[in-house]
Amino acid sequence: MRNSNSQAVHLKKEILVRLAAAFLGGDYPQAARLIPYDMRPKGSEVPFRCCIHKERAILKDRVIAGMGFAIEADDEKTLLSEYAERSLSRKRPEDQPLTVLGAACRGCVPNRIYVTDLCQGCVARECQSVCKFGAISIVNGKSAIDGAKCKNCKMCVNVCPYKAIVRIAVPCEDCCPVGAITKNPQGLAQINFAKCIVCGKCLAACPFGAVHEKSQLIDVLNQLKRGQRVIALLAPSIAGQFPGSPGQLKTALQISGFSDAYEVALGADITASNEAREFTERLDSGQSFMTTSCCAGYQELLKKHLPEIVPFVSSTRTPLYYAAEKARRENPVALIVFIGPCVAKKMEGLGNPAIDYVLNYEELGALFIAQKIEILSCPETPFAQESSRQGKNFGFCGGVAAAVSAAAGRPERLKPCLIDGLNKDTIKQLKKMAAERTCPEGNLIEVMCCEGGCIGGNAALNTLKLAKKIILEYSDRAPEIKGL
Amino acid sequence: MSKLAVKICLGTTCFVMGGSELQELPEKLPASYKKLVSISGCPCLGQCGAAATRAPYVLIGDELLSEASIEKILKKITEKLNHAQ
Repeated sequence: MRNSNSQAVHLKKEILVRLAAAFLGGDYPQAARLIPYDMRPKGSEVPFRCCIHKERAILKDRVIAGMGFAIEADDEKTLLSEYAERSLSRKRPEDQPLTVLGAACRGCVPNRIYVTDLCQGCVARECQSVCKFGAISIVNGKSAIDGAKCKNCKMCVNVCPYKAIVRIAVPCEDCCPVGAITKNPQGLAQINFAKCIVCGKCLAACPFGAVHEKSQLIDVLNQLKRGQRVIALLAPSIAGQFPGSPGQLKTALQISGFSDAYEVALGADITASNEAREFTERLDSGQSFMTTSCCAGYQELLKKHLPEIVPFVSSTRTPLYYAAEKARRENPVALIVFIGPCVAKKMEGLGNPAIDYVLNYEELGALFIAQKIEILSCPETPFAQESSRQGKNFGFCGGVAAAVSAAAGRPERLKPCLIDGLNKDTIKQLKKMAAERTCPEGNLIEVMCCEGGCIGGNAALNTLKLAKKIILEYSDRAPEIKGL
Repeated sequence: MSKLAVKICLGTTCFVMGGSELQELPEKLPASYKKLVSISGCPCLGQCGAAATRAPYVLIGDELLSEASIEKILKKITEKLNHAQ
């Protein structure tokens, strides 16, 4: 889920740009300390919060998250300059990739049904008659809801002819597919990491921008500055996320200090072939369906909420896994950095020793902006090994299923069913498949955590439509995947 | 009459800060404007500076629009076309 039109997203990106510029500018700790003051100098406008001091305090928290630290663990006394020093000496990124900024959280009132002033106290009183729980009574001539009886079913919301009854939304809780967001005793959002599948939907949904990724941008910049050999692995969804072609992007990466870049689509070719083989074997042995396994958010869902479907999930590794294995084999002493569309892949990176760091598109964009690299003026650098058309199409909904189908070679046998985004309904659908050991809609279930696929990831920079169009133009020139 | 030129900055900063989606402008342009307006991408307009605060930029005629959105661009185009008449 993405929403790049929002000012909250713009603000988060600006923080990353300023942070990268602070790092590159010389006196990093001092420059980092001044970011909130540079963004809200003395006497400046206060666009969002109650006063300039709160604006700066929240900007400080955003910078801390941008440096890769959890706001939950912040004591509020530590200076940004001190955090900057710590970010330089850190050996590896912290474990949980998400953090909630308590100061930025609105503390939305809990989800409930609310009668607004628009209630006319009408004679029909359908709200009262439709309520199965007897929660609505008439007080002073208007409808009133007894919170203790109300079950949030929204029947009254739907029948009111004046649309006077509303459900008060809590965007982060509403979009979380697994109920991992709760309120702390102060009424502020907190993530229950035992339940969280790191899908990043809350990150995109919060209108106050209170959920942040803990960025690994400084870690990568620091390694590049040290002159380490750093290899970038580019997710298939990257075509269309930056101006210019993937070949120009590779040149831009080399200018910014990376030694080489690989397309993860190479790994996607291996994933598709292995899944095609597995699919054929499983169907031959009598299993009625198989789900794909490449989405990192889905992997977290399997571990934490859906163990019963695991026997039906492909045991093939992800495209990133195979690409990292290859890059590591060919560059034993280099650092491997995956560049992808979502926060869930940070989780996969933390769990795979072949991957040192993960940057998302916003973070890579910030790095380019701070280094003043114009991708459009870069010449093309070809990739050492060409991936298939199908491998390049892994990043949008339907692309994985099409690749497995092409690799399996028997299209009449494979019926794809696309789970286009994980939400409460599609999770129910998957649970039902596991319980009934069958899926009426198809036999190869492609699961994408984000709507639209990886191009709909929380850090995607382009619209779904444009991103898919550009990927298709790019992949059209590539060779077909080899069949089994 | 020459067409009103709309140039969408495709520099790295503008693209990353939200200019990417401005490329949907041609299809959002009302049919009656199509003969009067020419839309193109252009290399960095050199307006962004280090902080990228006000990107993306779009040049409409001789006027520079900052923090551009499809809606803001369409409003400015209408204003320019009405003024020209």
